[in-house]
Amino acid sequence: MDISTIIFYLIAAFILGMALLAVTAKQIFRSAIWLLFTLIGIASLYFWMEVEFIAAVQIVVYVGGIVVLIIFSIFLTQQSAADMPSPKLGRKIAAAVASLLGLALCGLLVYEYGFSKTEATFDNEVNRIGTAMLNTGSDGYALPFEAVSILLLAAMVGAIVIAMKESEKSE
Amino acid sequence: MVPVSHILLLSTALFFIGMYGLFTRRNMIALLMSIELMLNSININFVAFNKYVWPGQLDGIFFTIFIITIAAAEAAIAIAIVINLYRSHLSIDVNDAAELKH
Repeated sequence: MDISTIIFYLIAAFILGMALLAVTAKQIFRSAIWLLFTLIGIASLYFWMEVEFIAAVQIVVYVGGIVVLIIFSIFLTQQSAADMPSPKLGRKIAAAVASLLGLALCGLLVYEYGFSKTEATFDNEVNRIGTAMLNTGSDGYALPFEAVSILLLAAMVGAIVIAMKESEKSE
Repeated sequence: MVPVSHILLLSTALFFIGMYGLFTRRNMIALLMSIELMLNSININFVAFNKYVWPGQLDGIFFTIFIITIAAAEAAIAIAIVINLYRSHLSIDVNDAAELKH
């Protein structure tokens, strides 16, 4: 077992442990902090897989953007120190059984299929990604890029309109 | 060497941890965090397939980039809705937002 393998299993254990804490923590603010560590663990998994651009995007957008947005909204909507009501035991057991059954089914499928690994090198330099993203040819992604741009604009306008105060509209 | 199936098992486990959170939580922001976990597990899948099974192409990378963008848009809209709901109901528990329920 070489050092790269050991690092993978360490990262995997870190991600799963932090994710379990994130969905079971009693205080919502702590839950957000565990989520932050999960996302950092996933970014380190991308670094381990040598897809540096996705790892950087993961840190910038998720850790720097979405988690900060979530923490702001926690502060805006409720006292962060208050405990969330614990779910009923029956619901916890049912949710755990459903999740474990799904995990067993999907895990068995993945394990039985046994995807074969190719040893070809994966060229994912930012040059190549950028060229493909703005390329209108057969392997280009210009159209989805524009569609996602319009989606982001629509989401921005929609978020402002939804969060606007009622009193300003009625005046 | 780590086999591809171990990376896929990691992302499957992460997905079902997110599903457990979705089933047990009743707070809207906590539900949003569970959805983020599930989206992240799918991103791991796309990157792993792209790197280890079809390394000649870039489709997995692009799907990951677009999923991250859409997750950001989704989080912004969801938080706007949550803040609006908190103004009118003073609570963000999904059980308190039941006006449309018959």
